[in-house]
Amino acid sequence: MKIEFQINGATRVIDSPPMRRLLDVLREDLRLTGTKEGCGEGECGACSVIINGEVINSCLVPVCQTTGAIITTVEGLAKDARLDPLQQAFLEAGGAQCGICTPGMLIAARALLDLTAQPTRDEIKEAIAGNLCRCTGYVKIIDAIERASLIRTR
Amino acid sequence: MMHTPKVYSPRSLDEAYEILSRRAMKVIAGGTDLMVLINARQLDAEEFLDIWRVDELRGIADEGDSIRIGALATYTEMIRSPLVQEFAPALVAASRTVGAIQIQNRGTLGGNIVNASPAGDSLPVLAAYDAELEIGSLRGLRLMSFNQFYTAYRRTVLESDELVVAVRVPKLKADERDFFCKVGTRRAQAISKTVMAVKAKTENEILEWIRVGVGSVAPTVVRAYKTESLLAGRAITSDLIEQARQSISLEVNPITDLRSTEHYRRRVTGNVLARFLRGIIDSDGAGT
Amino acid sequence: MVVGQNVLRKEGVEKLTGAARYIDDIAIEGVLYGKTIRSSVARGLIKSISFDPRFDWSPITVCDWRDIPGENFVALIEQDQPLLAEREIRHAEEPILLIAAESRALVEEAASRIRIEYEELPAVLSMEESLACREIIYGPDNVFKRFLIARGDIDDGISQGDVIIEGEYRVPHQEQLYIEPQGMIAVPSDTGMTVLGSMQCPYYVHKALKQLFNLSDERAVVIQTTTGGGFGGKEEYPSMIACHAALLAHKARRPVKIIYDRAEDIAATTKRHPGVIRHRTAVTRDGRLTASEIDVVLDGGAYVTLTPVVLSRAAIHALGPYRCEHVRITARAVATNTPPNGAFRGFGAPQVAFAYEMQMEKIALRLGIDPLELRRINMLKEGDITATGQRLQWSVGSEDVLNTVVERSRFEEKRAEIQSERASSHKRRGLGLSFFFHGAGFTGSGEAKMKARAGIEITPEGRARVLSSSTEIGQGTQTIFCQIVADELGLVFDDIEIEETDTSRVPDSGPTVASRTCMVVGRVLQLAAREMKERIKLFAAELYGAPEIDLIEGHFIEGEKVLASFAEVARHYAAQRGELKVESQYASPKGVEWDDQTYSGDAYPAFSWGAEVAEVEVDMDTFEVSVLKITTAQDIGRAIHPLLAAGQIEGGTLQAVGYGIMEELVWDRGRIVNRMLTNYIIPTSMDAPEMETIIVEKEYPHGPFGAKGVGELPMDGAAPAIAAAVLNATGAFVSEIPVTPERLMMAVEELKASVS
Repeated sequence: MKIEFQINGATRVIDSPPMRRLLDVLREDLRLTGTKEGCGEGECGACSVIINGEVINSCLVPVCQTTGAIITTVEGLAKDARLDPLQQAFLEAGGAQCGICTPGMLIAARALLDLTAQPTRDEIKEAIAGNLCRCTGYVKIIDAIERASLIRTR
Repeated sequence: MMHTPKVYSPRSLDEAYEILSRRAMKVIAGGTDLMVLINARQLDAEEFLDIWRVDELRGIADEGDSIRIGALATYTEMIRSPLVQEFAPALVAASRTVGAIQIQNRGTLGGNIVNASPAGDSLPVLAAYDAELEIGSLRGLRLMSFNQFYTAYRRTVLESDELVVAVRVPKLKADERDFFCKVGTRRAQAISKTVMAVKAKTENEILEWIRVGVGSVAPTVVRAYKTESLLAGRAITSDLIEQARQSISLEVNPITDLRSTEHYRRRVTGNVLARFLRGIIDSDGAGT
Repeated sequence: MVVGQNVLRKEGVEKLTGAARYIDDIAIEGVLYGKTIRSSVARGLIKSISFDPRFDWSPITVCDWRDIPGENFVALIEQDQPLLAEREIRHAEEPILLIAAESRALVEEAASRIRIEYEELPAVLSMEESLACREIIYGPDNVFKRFLIARGDIDDGISQGDVIIEGEYRVPHQEQLYIEPQGMIAVPSDTGMTVLGSMQCPYYVHKALKQLFNLSDERAVVIQTTTGGGFGGKEEYPSMIACHAALLAHKARRPVKIIYDRAEDIAATTKRHPGVIRHRTAVTRDGRLTASEIDVVLDGGAYVTLTPVVLSRAAIHALGPYRCEHVRITARAVATNTPPNGAFRGFGAPQVAFAYEMQMEKIALRLGIDPLELRRINMLKEGDITATGQRLQWSVGSEDVLNTVVERSRFEEKRAEIQSERASSHKRRGLGLSFFFHGAGFTGSGEAKMKARAGIEITPEGRARVLSSSTEIGQGTQTIFCQIVADELGLVFDDIEIEETDTSRVPDSGPTVASRTCMVVGRVLQLAAREMKERIKLFAAELYGAPEIDLIEGHFIEGEKVLASFAEVARHYAAQRGELKVESQYASPKGVEWDDQTYSGDAYPAFSWGAEVAEVEVDMDTFEVSVLKITTAQDIGRAIHPLLAAGQIEGGTLQAVGYGIMEELVWDRGRIVNRMLTNYIIPTSMDAPEMETIIVEKEYPHGPFGAKGVGELPMDGAAPAIAAAVLNATGAFVSEIPVTPERLMMAVEELKASVS
């Protein structure tokens, strides 16, 4: 079936069996490989994308439900090859180690900051509770998001 | 699966009923349960009824004595709803413990009900609140008590041509209180080992009545009717709390599985109820 | 100077934009998707393999053991683990067949059409069963390896003590749970085979590939792709997957991609060795250790793989960072019919650390001595002798870390505060301490045998390019190497590049394991840079007639005058002398001697030291343990990049928290039951404690800029600190981890029963 949606600001039409996962459509059809598969069961959050302003696991979304959706993936964060403040904060604060959870974390963080400009550390923790990281202990991820929230409001 | 399933995505409830009346098929809403099964190759259906676009199933409305929550209401919508916050706060508490934000944004109340897991986090709240389900089909709409909905492990009374349309939750009154506690395997993204919701009316330290819904301790969500009777009309003392703890531990029927043991579930279910009761008599009300 | 600065990571930007390419992100034209068909029984013989005749097998490539050109084993220590089972099955999930098809859906379908029948044999599924020897599944007595470390005279030591305290401690399997599952792509060519994938040790894979197809060094090419976490889980296992992909690729004559899904990854790949550790300690009434008898048993799984090395490290660390003249450590690794266990951060040390620290808690309890005081009385200091007879001659930050952590965590004040809180509260706080150490680098003669090589070459643009097979797997390898080279060579950080980890382009620096990357390979690079600087300075001095010339931040300078840029001089050098490249090899520092026969001497050139305080809150209704805060001080010699070093400590600490309170595998007849992320649980952000990390720098004279190891030390401290905190909070002594609510509830109930 043909499905039209907006991805990172551009309108795309794809042709796919309806129950195919949005994750696979992004990675295989659109070659947007920034969004990752870590578990296929909605536990690790590595496949997180923003759909209509909400952070969602793309491994659990059948593409037939994305008609007319506005989707943002990690590739849509940076503007004109410049890192966005969230990405820059991660770089400076050591928020990424192996990097596999990072796209999902950035997406979850972006969704949070779009909703709550100056979250508390507890709010940040809760916002990324669906994004598993095995490398960092979460400390510097929370630091990075906090840092980014302060930059944005300056 | 080798074949690609066919999907029907109606825009209206009538359309959805019509499709279901022709042929039984798996109904998919937010996908947070079904897609996990599909990804694990444990569900191999040829057809799906995708109800995600049926807007009639959305919305949370004030109906006077109760609030009406559409089957497609997501956990996030319930968390943010001023109506649910005020009139069924335990449902907000429960919704916040479901998975994590990604799941809360897509998982639905209807899905939680129809998925029929004994560990469903919203189910004890609906049980304690004596919620009512609106069930619809081409044949019309019927109301049924939530506490009559499950017949056995993962089995409901839903006919193959029916959909759960909405849930009516009687409002929490000013002189009533509620409570929710989920004991999970970790602090987020957790399946419960025991999960309890309570609705009660107290006058000073007399418990006029109490409704206790518990999940993960039986093949379906249950009400602890015996313990409720034991407590009805009684003054809360540490003695009564101990009796209640014993009573409910014996009343529930948990198993040992890969997440926890029968002994733990019995014991902790009792302790959680005791915590609620302590909260009524403790000066700080926190039950600690 | 960039060493010691938090420079922006070389490998950083790509990971933030989604541009970094992990193995499953790589699309290769004509690729086939491979899948492994595995045993569903723990032990038995294959009776039959049938392929459903109603299925069209023509587009499916199928490999079995007969397709293996050379010998059927994975090159590791012993030649006992087959790439594909021939007839005998020794563990569940053992690979039997390999299949490949043009789509993932088709290969899954094909997999479901294969039926294998077994004649089941009685499986040995626990260490106890293995030691009982009712069924023999390896050698004469199921023991893969034994070690004995003896010092002094045990009976003598016991007679000097006033009390003897015994304890038995149990530690479980643990899954590495890298968020990127394992995967490889094999690309055949007319002359050889190239394998790309997620891995820690390209040269291990290279060795396995060469052996499989009898290829020369150049004909086998292994390239590490951006790797999403390893923690040891991608140390040896990738050789298996790489060979599997290569076999299929060779037969199909097309590239083959094998990516494990999470369930397969958890079910089939290596885990941390579980163990049972028994302590028998003689101690004086005032808390001095006089004799220690320790027995370590580890479960190696079905094949030898790296088990002897894990056992070695476990044995050497078994006493802990303590002085004791009379020691007898016996260690055995036994075989069971379970998937082979393997490397996981810590590699034997976290297991014995839980045991030795809980034994210290037990001793403190029994003697009525403050646990902190007990550590102070017995801790190793500079000049002391370890269990293997090693005199600690340098870089001993033991006192520093313990004092620092006690001060920063306000251990003594907080303990007193907690003591005075209501004992009948339903939420009880507790504080626990742990003290630990970790030998950096390969054990004993390992590094001498390895002869790690790394080098630097100057590019035509006048930049320095680092050549090493050490992999970046999240810890910042590329960045710290560039920092070391920049400072040693005299260039700016931005002018240092790093070559891809491709065996056709970089020398064998040894595996990225054992906390050796900075200390050993970083050191080799430092020496290579030093040599290169001398060489080019000499050349420049001649060129400019400037005998006092120096190279600073990319410029040749004499006195105050800038004579030339490095790039200019490099161009001249290239024109006149040809390629400027230096490769160096690791040499163990003088005065470090180990005897493999007696298993004694200097086990490691240096130890890293750690101390940790965990603050927990136990919910006495649900027995859930919340780890509120962890304060840890860790002596790593020198932090080349403090932010990255702290990141290693924080990450390792949380993995150890998981080990201590929530990670557990559930087994059924030799098969893992909880093989999904919903039921093998690791800490989420909501489970993670607040962490305060203090880096202590007690420089190691033979490490680059004083650095020793940081990768694994953090894994050793959290589990015992938490168990000690739980003891403090509840009075319940739990000697088995993880301290799950179920286990704690039983311990508290037992305590109540014994009191009443």
